[in-house]
Amino acid sequence: MQITVTVNGEETTGDVEPRLLLVHYLRVNLGLRGTHWGCDTSNCGACTVWLDGVPVKSCTTLAVQADGHQVRTVEDLDAGGALDPVQEGFIQEHGLQCGFCTPGMLMTARALLDANPDPDAATIREAISGNLCRCTGYENIVRAVRWAAEHAAAEVTA
Amino acid sequence: MTTVEAPLSTAGNPIGFGRMIRKEDARFVRGQGNYVDDINLPGMLHGAVLRSPYAHARIVSIDTTAAAAQPKVRAVITGKILETLNLAWMPTLSGDVQSVLATDKVRFQGQEVAFVVAEDLYAARDALELIDVEYEPLPPVVDARKALAADAPLIRDDLEGRTDNKIYDWEAGDAELCDEVFARAEVVVAEDIVYPRVHPAPMETCGSVAHMDKVTGKLTIWTTTQAPHAHRTLYAIVAGLPEHKIQVISPDIGGGFGNKVGIYPGYVCSIVGSIVTGAAVKWVEDRSENLMSTSFARDYHMHGEIAATREGKILGLRVNVLADHGAFNGVAQPTKFPAGFFHIFTGSYDYPAAHCKVTAVYSNKAPGGVAYACSFRITEAAYLVERMVDCLAFELHIDPAELRMKNLLRPEQFPYTTPTGWEYDSGDYPRALRESMRIAGYEELRREQAERRANPSDTTPLMGIGLSFFTEGVGAGPRKHMDILGLGMADGCELRVHPTGKAQLRLSVQTQGQGHETTFAQIVSHVTGIPPEDIEVIHGDTDNTPFGLGTYGSRSTPVSGAAAAVAAQRVKEKARIVAGAALECSPDDLEWEHGRWHVKGDPEQGKTMQELAMTAHGALELPEGVEGHLDASVVYNPPNLTYPFGAYICVVDVDPQTGVVTVRRFIAVDDCGPRINPMIVEGQVHGGLADGVGMALMEVMAFDEDGNHLGGSFMDYLLPTSMECPSWELGETVTPSPHHPIGAKGVGESATVGSPAAIVNAVLDALQIRQADMPLTPASVWRAMQGRPIRPDLAVE
Repeated sequence: MQITVTVNGEETTGDVEPRLLLVHYLRVNLGLRGTHWGCDTSNCGACTVWLDGVPVKSCTTLAVQADGHQVRTVEDLDAGGALDPVQEGFIQEHGLQCGFCTPGMLMTARALLDANPDPDAATIREAISGNLCRCTGYENIVRAVRWAAEHAAAEVTA
Repeated sequence: MTTVEAPLSTAGNPIGFGRMIRKEDARFVRGQGNYVDDINLPGMLHGAVLRSPYAHARIVSIDTTAAAAQPKVRAVITGKILETLNLAWMPTLSGDVQSVLATDKVRFQGQEVAFVVAEDLYAARDALELIDVEYEPLPPVVDARKALAADAPLIRDDLEGRTDNKIYDWEAGDAELCDEVFARAEVVVAEDIVYPRVHPAPMETCGSVAHMDKVTGKLTIWTTTQAPHAHRTLYAIVAGLPEHKIQVISPDIGGGFGNKVGIYPGYVCSIVGSIVTGAAVKWVEDRSENLMSTSFARDYHMHGEIAATREGKILGLRVNVLADHGAFNGVAQPTKFPAGFFHIFTGSYDYPAAHCKVTAVYSNKAPGGVAYACSFRITEAAYLVERMVDCLAFELHIDPAELRMKNLLRPEQFPYTTPTGWEYDSGDYPRALRESMRIAGYEELRREQAERRANPSDTTPLMGIGLSFFTEGVGAGPRKHMDILGLGMADGCELRVHPTGKAQLRLSVQTQGQGHETTFAQIVSHVTGIPPEDIEVIHGDTDNTPFGLGTYGSRSTPVSGAAAAVAAQRVKEKARIVAGAALECSPDDLEWEHGRWHVKGDPEQGKTMQELAMTAHGALELPEGVEGHLDASVVYNPPNLTYPFGAYICVVDVDPQTGVVTVRRFIAVDDCGPRINPMIVEGQVHGGLADGVGMALMEVMAFDEDGNHLGGSFMDYLLPTSMECPSWELGETVTPSPHHPIGAKGVGESATVGSPAAIVNAVLDALQIRQADMPLTPASVWRAMQGRPIRPDLAVE
């Protein structure tokens, strides 16, 4: 099938099998390797990307479902040249170790902050509960998202 | 000695120890990590493994005709083809053999049967469906307790002369002394305790990209390995390839936890696929393959007995273990210790009598056993002793904190030789326990619990407080006592300081998220004064790093960290000689301050490390016998293990109507010696505590009576999320290792070792019962509350 998907603001086209997973379209067809494949069953969230602004698990989304839609991946977070505050927060608060879950976590966290710029810890925990991490025990991820919330707010105030 | 605040470099990083953001993170937060599945080579093909649907079955025939006829399929490899290459079987890390692709029988569900190489992953997977395998099902051994029954099916009929499923009997300690002590003890408490089969389940599954260059004869394999050098040697042995023509590259690794220590059939198949097709072949397993076929952990069925006085003075501990090793004995551990370091089970307490006997058996389950941050089975040992101490406290009606304090080793007893022969190097255990109780507000917690118990209701959560105190033993060797398949457990390290004073450090160990690129730069910085941002850490590539045994058993800092410190010390001492030549004085007249050698009493007359690096590479005449340049190469053979320890307290609430456990608080006081980067240490502890929540409350690899795996996806094998984990509360004490160059002890596995017992003890304290096995799922807790505890690892009762 011929599909046209806008990925990170750029139009992409592909002739794909209807069964092709979105994660493979991004990773193999487009070479966007920041989106990871972790579990096949929507449980781990390593493959989280945005579809029309909403986080989805790209391992259980077909590429054809994205036809005519907007996809955003981790590679777009620092598109302006500067790191997104949520990326900076993960660095500052040690919100990552092996880095494999990180792109999915970042996309989930960015979506949360766009909807709720000042979430408390409980809200953050609920928001990231569809993203598994085996390294951090989550505490520093919560702190990283808080860091992003606080520093985004500071920038606005400044 | 405590961690001293280091001066900052111009980039704002500590010159030496201290909190420093990680060098690794810049690439990871941009999605620019380079994991095995990110490796793409021109013309690369894709492999997929056909796996057995049966736990135990004879292979009657395999017909690959239809699969091989598919247009995108380039090769279909079976065990019969591997036999012609003498590759159908490979050695395991425990001196057994393991089937690469099954030839005679399949021995666990998920075992590798055939390998398809195709132009893309989808085509490879499609072709698997077209392979026709005729199986003749055989009765499986699922319950380890039945593996040695007279009528048990023989699993390993491939091994000549074998008539039963026993792998070994092994014991440690003094059985006779135990008999004496137990016979006259006032109190003996016995308990059956299962540490169920669990899985490390790193977020990245296992995989490899193999490329055999037919012209040069060189094999390059990018692979998920925690031990690239050991793998290179093993590939040389397995495949008969010349070792100097093998390059193992371990790129970024998405978590290991022991899952990526061994060599899996898929890796070997990708190599064979490349040899057969002439192209590079990528194989990356999916999650079900990871959970069903790669190295599990634990599966220890323990019977413990603890002897004590009525006042609670522990006199002895003995344990019988039935160990389920799966279909092949593939455990990764030092050769002398078939049960790993389980015989450290005497724990952190002072008593004379101890004995353990471990019987290992084959079963129709995946091989493995030493994984999941277990420190070579210290997880099982720590869980056993900490549960037995709580069982004793339960029977004696003594507060478990008081009972522990009464029996902990005292600081003046170190170095302390345990009844089973370990020499604990250092420790102040009562201080760590007191610190954890202070942070927890232990007395106040017990008061709150008493109030709740005095006013119970159907809806008031049952409150439980659980403790554990663990002693870890990490940093294997020494090499004279510890080897894996004959490879001594020592690690090399090379430090090169370039003329401009920038440095490269080459390590044999391999990070899987622990932050080696940062921590090891800080170790060198601490010794040499070179800013950490000027030190590049190179690892995970056998062509570009010195030999060593790799990262597992929390051995990176204790072994390679020591190697890096010694290399840095040698560089610093050489710089002193160079400084003496440059300043025209004796090196003995120089002293070191802030990254600079200067003349004693005349700080103006000095040279920085950077100036000395240029001088060392320059034209200055150096003293007789002193070569130029500023490099050092070290092989570090540890004189002993290091022994980190910790005191953990967990507070849980149990819903009396549903059995749901909520971890309300978790306090972890760890002593790993000086903390090179406290931020990274805390992150390591956080991760291990989450492992504890997973194992204590959620994770189990269960099987039905036919040997069907009931945990083959993350829908069934439950990992803790952000919702199950509390906000961890950490504390520290610092007792440096006396034999490690910088006193550091390693911390990667401490929390995984120490935390499960604290959580289980807390839940059982809430229920006011003595014993129930992990995982304490709502169903399991509810059944325990009804007085009908279950075996969560078996689907059958």
